Amino acid sequence: MIGNGMAGMRTIEELLKLAPDAYDITIFGAEPFGNYNRIMLSPVLAGEKTIDEIMINDLQWYKNNNITLHANKTVVEINRAEKKVIAEDGTFESYDRLLIATGSNPFMLPVPGGKLSGVIGFRDIHDVDTMLDSAKTKKKAVVIGAGLLGLEAANGLKLQGMDVTVVHIMDCLMERQLDKPAAKLLQSELESRGIKFLLDARTQEILGDDHVSRIRFADGAEIEADLVVMAVGIRPNFELAQKADLECDRGIVVSETMLSSDPSVYSVGECVQFEEHTYGLVAPLFDMAKVCASQLADIDHKHYVHTETSTKLKVSGVDLFSAGIINGNEATDDIIFQDPANGVYKKIILQDHKIVGVVLYGDTFDGSWYFELLREATDVSEMRSHLLFGQAHLGDSGHGGVNDAIAAMSDDAEICGCNGVTKGCVTKAIIEKGLQTLDEVRAHTKASASCGSCTGLVEQVLAHTLGADYSDSPSEKPVCKCTDYTHDDVRKAITEQKLTSLKALMNAMEWRTVDGCASCRPALNYYLIAAWPGKVEDDYRSRFINERIHANIQKDGTYSVIPRIWGGVTTADELRTIADVADKYEIPTVKITGGQRIDLLGVKKEDLPAVWGDLNKGGMISGHAYSKGLRTVKTCVGQEWCRFGTQKSMQMGIELEKMTWGSWTPAKFKIAVSGCPRNCAEATIKDFGVVAVDSGWELHIAGNGGIKVRVTDLLCKVKTEDEVREYCGAFMQVYREEAHYLERTAHWVERIGLPYVKQRIVEDSEGRKALNKRFLESQVYAQVDPWAERASEGVDAHEFVALTQINKQQ
Amino acid sequence: MSDWIKVGKLSDIPRQGSRIINSDEGDIALFRTIDDEVFALRDECPHEKGPLSQGIIHGKNVTCPLHSWVISLEDGCALPPDEGCATHFPVKLEDKNVFLKY
Repeated sequence: MIGNGMAGMRTIEELLKLAPDAYDITIFGAEPFGNYNRIMLSPVLAGEKTIDEIMINDLQWYKNNNITLHANKTVVEINRAEKKVIAEDGTFESYDRLLIATGSNPFMLPVPGGKLSGVIGFRDIHDVDTMLDSAKTKKKAVVIGAGLLGLEAANGLKLQGMDVTVVHIMDCLMERQLDKPAAKLLQSELESRGIKFLLDARTQEILGDDHVSRIRFADGAEIEADLVVMAVGIRPNFELAQKADLECDRGIVVSETMLSSDPSVYSVGECVQFEEHTYGLVAPLFDMAKVCASQLADIDHKHYVHTETSTKLKVSGVDLFSAGIINGNEATDDIIFQDPANGVYKKIILQDHKIVGVVLYGDTFDGSWYFELLREATDVSEMRSHLLFGQAHLGDSGHGGVNDAIAAMSDDAEICGCNGVTKGCVTKAIIEKGLQTLDEVRAHTKASASCGSCTGLVEQVLAHTLGADYSDSPSEKPVCKCTDYTHDDVRKAITEQKLTSLKALMNAMEWRTVDGCASCRPALNYYLIAAWPGKVEDDYRSRFINERIHANIQKDGTYSVIPRIWGGVTTADELRTIADVADKYEIPTVKITGGQRIDLLGVKKEDLPAVWGDLNKGGMISGHAYSKGLRTVKTCVGQEWCRFGTQKSMQMGIELEKMTWGSWTPAKFKIAVSGCPRNCAEATIKDFGVVAVDSGWELHIAGNGGIKVRVTDLLCKVKTEDEVREYCGAFMQVYREEAHYLERTAHWVERIGLPYVKQRIVEDSEGRKALNKRFLESQVYAQVDPWAERASEGVDAHEFVALTQINKQQ
Repeated sequence: MSDWIKVGKLSDIPRQGSRIINSDEGDIALFRTIDDEVFALRDECPHEKGPLSQGIIHGKNVTCPLHSWVISLEDGCALPPDEGCATHFPVKLEDKNVFLKY
């Protein structure tokens, strides 16, 4: 590999993960160091970090991984005919595969005096050293260029005690990332820190004898300068490749496999050109690294896709975030919030109900959320009126109450309520273990590894701790680590290739593991049975214990048993049966659940078949309280008893439960029916909620009373009970066929948008009928009481008895 | 002194499944992988004592049903970054009979 920078080294690290022994690796690096985090040079200049702190891999790391590093050796020639690279000092190495990762060079203005001593770029450790040295002896620094890098350099030099002037050719700062109001706020913030600005200034000449002393502008004005930092942009460094006759344009031209015009030569990083794009931020470079490593390792051959990137400024105390387009046009709507006194400015640019651009200044807490909405092209019309107030103000997916910036949170503040992880723990793990991604933080700290509701918060801590340029994982997430395919890819393959077994599916999609893992197997099994009801055998070895054993495992290894009580309406006989079972099997706890059922807790596993048998005898079947499927239909008493009731909600609830019991869905599914808009059955926080009104029934969908309360969306109003059942079946079926495994209706509908559901269920009456028909067909196979099979037919008997008994003293 | 004890036949254990052996010192979980290898661990996750026998078996690992720790069947130890080990018992197969050293 030529180049020892971030993109190249990330490729090597990815390659070592995939195929540690595939290559003998040799690296040429022009700098005399191991590999360091170039994006953290600004904090080094600002005195917030040391060089040691930004080293990614020291020289020992190369030794440990059997990599030959030619540090401090600049490659001068690539001989493609002989497959050799030659360095300045004559060192040469031959290659089978060559990776060019030469990065970029700072663009130096071609003005007279540009080569004087004291005129530098801002690119590497050497430049930072020069700046730090100058700060000790010299006074006046001029930074040319008010982009990201220029402003970071100016801030650092100011903090090192220099008198800093920023010269910029445009009339406002960071014009590619900020609109004018945000740029003005940024300028006044930096001015208040003592940085001076000369805008609309065209540098004409740099003056000095051998060392720079002054700069002259096009209008004839001059200012003094002991140090000039050019930060007007970067240029892909592809001279070497060009000399070797590789196809180059504005960079080394690469295909979606990161291959150059020579099939043995790959290239990644800022030196490449992909389609019409060249790159200067780290996130896409890391994507390229992944792609290139998979190609080099000859494992699952990823392809590179250009994605949007976001920008943050690494100047402590300045919060700035931008992504997408910056200035609106006729086709866009701008939503703007301005509070100049508090230094807050937010602008969201919308086109066709989707976010296409974001500029945030002063409060960037929701930056990564907006960016996610932008990249995923989420329809935001439903949340438009709240959008600017941030994720926390959306009852459904925010972290209620967390309005303060992460920076203001104390280290003791709890980030993950499930696992009791504090902000301090997360920050410490990120720094000490060098964590870069959400998955790594999950693995090491357990934060956000359980219910996931704090994911956004953990990402914020990650972003805050890593500084700028942190970019969260791609929007299209693979099913698990066994594959790079997404949930949607898998579903498509199952139907298109008519795959009907786990084995065939894993073969067809080149699973990396023999038999998957605990994440993918249950998902794949679900997708198979959802696609081919009655035709595919349900693989119990790929189901979580609760669904395998048809009871809920408790912390001590005992189980809880919940018999079905239709619509929450029971009888004295049923209650007597439950009481007798509780006595007979000495069940320690009997509890009424939130779904109006009775829970028998603390049942020993070996007692389960007998407990079920007794409940069966009393006329009760499994309540499926353990399943990713229909759980309960909760009802209020309705018109049958209530003086306000408008319809028979108990009867409706019982009918819906008789229709939907036993069904399996991507995640649990709850229904409620209320007899009037007072809504005593809390139908508006259920997956499917029915609220009776005088003229018929309101149908609500995608509510959730769990981790984050989400109130349902109104789907439509219908007149008859038949329609309630038809819409319910159709909604469950489209959810079953299209949502991702473990994705609740709330998240699914947020992902695909309410208009889509309305189109499928409300507007397309033929489609609705067909969906409902498919639902009812698959119910034929699903409505078998799993308890009866085990209590009286001996299904899975091995689950409930020990194989044998052995003793030490025999 | 520990001895090889015959505990059952290979076919007693479902593929990608497990069986429990009661012992005077607590339950032992016997696992059979997709490749018909058999392993035995104390039926207690090193984390919070979850019954490993009830987990999903994949490759030569089992995922604990309580908090999804992944435990290697080969030595009983949690995969990094989790830490801790369940007691591991040697197992051998002879003529499709399963022997456990206990």
